[in-house]
Amino acid sequence: MDVLKVFNKVANASKDVAKERLKLILIHDRSNIPPQFINMIKGDLIKVISDYVEIEEENIEITLSNGEGRNENISALTANIPIKKVRSIGK
Amino acid sequence: MGLAYVVTSGKGGVGKTTTTANLGTALANMGKKVVVVDADTGLRNLDVVMGLENRVVYDLVDVVEGLCRVKQALIRDKRFEGLYLLPTAQTKDKTAVKPDQMRKIVKELKEEFEFVLIDCPAGIERGFENAIAGADKAIVVTVPEVSAVRDADRIIGLLVSKGMEAKEIRLIINRLKIDMTKRGDMLNIEDMVDILAIEMLGVIPDDEKIIVSTNRGEPVVTYDNAPSGLAYRNIARRILGEEVPFMNLEQNRNVFKGFIKKILNL
Repeated sequence: MDVLKVFNKVANASKDVAKERLKLILIHDRSNIPPQFINMIKGDLIKVISDYVEIEEENIEITLSNGEGRNENISALTANIPIKKVRSIGK
Repeated sequence: MGLAYVVTSGKGGVGKTTTTANLGTALANMGKKVVVVDADTGLRNLDVVMGLENRVVYDLVDVVEGLCRVKQALIRDKRFEGLYLLPTAQTKDKTAVKPDQMRKIVKELKEEFEFVLIDCPAGIERGFENAIAGADKAIVVTVPEVSAVRDADRIIGLLVSKGMEAKEIRLIINRLKIDMTKRGDMLNIEDMVDILAIEMLGVIPDDEKIIVSTNRGEPVVTYDNAPSGLAYRNIARRILGEEVPFMNLEQNRNVFKGFIKKILNL
C-alpha cells in the first residue's frame, strides 16, 4: 500500500496537476485584472525602467501569482525584468 | 419566519436540482415544513426529479403575472408530510420574473414555511439573480473537476458582492469517486475546501442509486441503503444545527480491508 502511495507521488497524480491549474486560474479570475492591462503595464514599465537600465524587452515576464507569507491570500503582480546593463546618468 | 436557502453552482449538471429535492425531502422527513422552489424558468426539472410533474397546474410565473396566488401554485407532496413544491413555467424564459418579484414571493413563503429551498439555474444571468434575490443563505454545489470548482469560486465571489456574508455560504461536494481520490486521480475534499475557503456542509459519494431514484421520481434520501441518501440525510441534520461527523469515506474502506485481512489471518 505504501509502495503504491510513493509510486503515485512520483508519477505526479493528476489531481495535483488539477489543483495547480485551478490555483493559477483562480488567481487570474479573482484578481479581476483584464489580460490587456498586463500588457499595458508591461509597456509602461519598459518606458520607465529603460531610462535607468538597458533591459531585454523580449524576455520580460509579468505574471500574477499568490503573495507570500502573510500576503498569501492577496494576488501579487510579479515582474521579471532581465537587465543588460545600467545606464550611466548624471555624468 | 423561516429561512431561505439558494442551491447554486454556476456550472450546469453538477447536481443542484437533485440536491434541492433530496434536502427538501430529508428536512420534511425530519418534521419540518418545507417548500422547494424551482427558479429555472424555461428549463424546469425539479418537478420531474421529485416525481410531481403530473400535478403542476399553476406556476411561479403565473403568480408573478397575477393569475393566481402563491398558495394555489403550491403542490403538496402526498408522500411526505410537510413537503411542498413551487414549480416554474416551462414555456416562458427567465426574464419573465424580476428579482424584486422573486424576493416578495420568497418572503411570503418564509412566513408559511420553516425552510424555503430555491433551485437555482446554471449561469450567472437573470435566472441566478432571481434565485438569490430572496435567499438568506447559500449552498454551493460542486463536483471534483477543475471547471466546476472554478465556477463555484466565481459564484461565491458573486454572492459576496451581492451582500451575502461568506459564513452564510456553505459547500457540498457532489459525486466524489472514492477510488479515484485514493489513487490521487481526483481532486479531494481537502483540496477543494482549501481552494474555495468556505465551510463544508457535506460530501455526496458518487452513487448509481441516484440515477435509479431519479428514474423513479423518488428522492434517494428515502432509500435506506444508498450511500448518497445517507450523505443527504446527514447534511439535512447539519442544516438543523446538529453536529454530525463527516463520513470518513476513506476509512470505511480501511475497515473493510481490515475485516478481509482478519478473515485471511484466520
